[in-house]
Amino acid sequence: MGRAERIREVAKQILEEKKVDLVIGFKKGTHPLMAEPVSIKDPKEAELLCWDSFCTLNLANYLPKRKEKIGIVAKGCDSRNIAVHIVENQIKREQLYIIGVPCEGMVDKRRILALLHGRECMEVVENDGSLIVKGEGFEQTLTRESILRDNCRRCMHRNPVIQDDLVAWPVMERAEGDPFDDVKEIEELGPEARWKFFTDLIRDCTRCYACRNACPLCYCPTCFVDESEPQWVGKSIDPTDTMTFHLLRAFHCAGRCTDCGSCQQACPMDINVRMFTRKLNKDALELYASEAGLSIEKRPPLDTYRPDDEGKFIK
Amino acid sequence: MLKRFLEHAGIEPERLQFSWISSSEAGKFAELAREVIEAVRKVGPPKKLVKGRAEVS
Repeated sequence: MGRAERIREVAKQILEEKKVDLVIGFKKGTHPLMAEPVSIKDPKEAELLCWDSFCTLNLANYLPKRKEKIGIVAKGCDSRNIAVHIVENQIKREQLYIIGVPCEGMVDKRRILALLHGRECMEVVENDGSLIVKGEGFEQTLTRESILRDNCRRCMHRNPVIQDDLVAWPVMERAEGDPFDDVKEIEELGPEARWKFFTDLIRDCTRCYACRNACPLCYCPTCFVDESEPQWVGKSIDPTDTMTFHLLRAFHCAGRCTDCGSCQQACPMDINVRMFTRKLNKDALELYASEAGLSIEKRPPLDTYRPDDEGKFIK
Repeated sequence: MLKRFLEHAGIEPERLQFSWISSSEAGKFAELAREVIEAVRKVGPPKKLVKGRAEVS
């Protein structure tokens, strides 16, 4: 039985048995290249739930501060963000029924759109390892590997780390390659080149905050950008304000980010904002041997003091 | 982590410095303040993360 059928089966069951008040999962989007988050309360609605290579967003985004009992569909990265939410007291473990989905990566719709050269995609058929993209008068077969999202290509935790149910056998974790070679490439540049890299990266930013809204970690009742007394950062697209926003939002995610890629996915300007948080993720691993959300027993790295923490930078 | 992060973004590392000083270590505080001011003066006026007045045509 495929993942989609198993998800529908579990969702229907836990709603019928009233183990949860609602189930949060994905349904087919309004566009063939997108799946849409959906919240269902009636067991009959379980038929809506789907699972394909376009389930890119992080559903843990919908959990903070909720009071209901919630069934939630979670791939590896999502489950880690659920763990982060539990550790940060945004949701209680007892409230959740986690439907874990071992994930081999989601596909980047932008790569598909680039290959289509303006032709409209009307349908996608998925087979094992490949996708057939169809439209008026054309059909193109693409391997999943060639169009995987960048963060999925570098993923170090494909299987859920916490779950109440698993809808498929665990998949193999990536075995080789350095997941942080993209960060190292930037580290090796000089300071002026690095500044130029980041300035160019956010040149198109319109300050829509889609990245912040899609991010499961961004749940502050008043985000620092919305604060007006004092106004920490201006609201316009002034390059200094925009850089401040991205640097500071990334730092607020330091040691908590799972590289789920929702920020990049949600950005209407296709900006790879992950280049900010990935440096912090690399440093958290190197300095504190810490990766976000692997356990609900561990405190976050910036929450914890150990006497052997690196302190050479303190005069 | 903040120090590494800002340096990664291209901001001169001399601009952000850390020290543990208690309220009773006035001498150390004054000395460090002089050192940091001197270090930042050597780096020069900031050219990055500078916000000018918005221009109105």
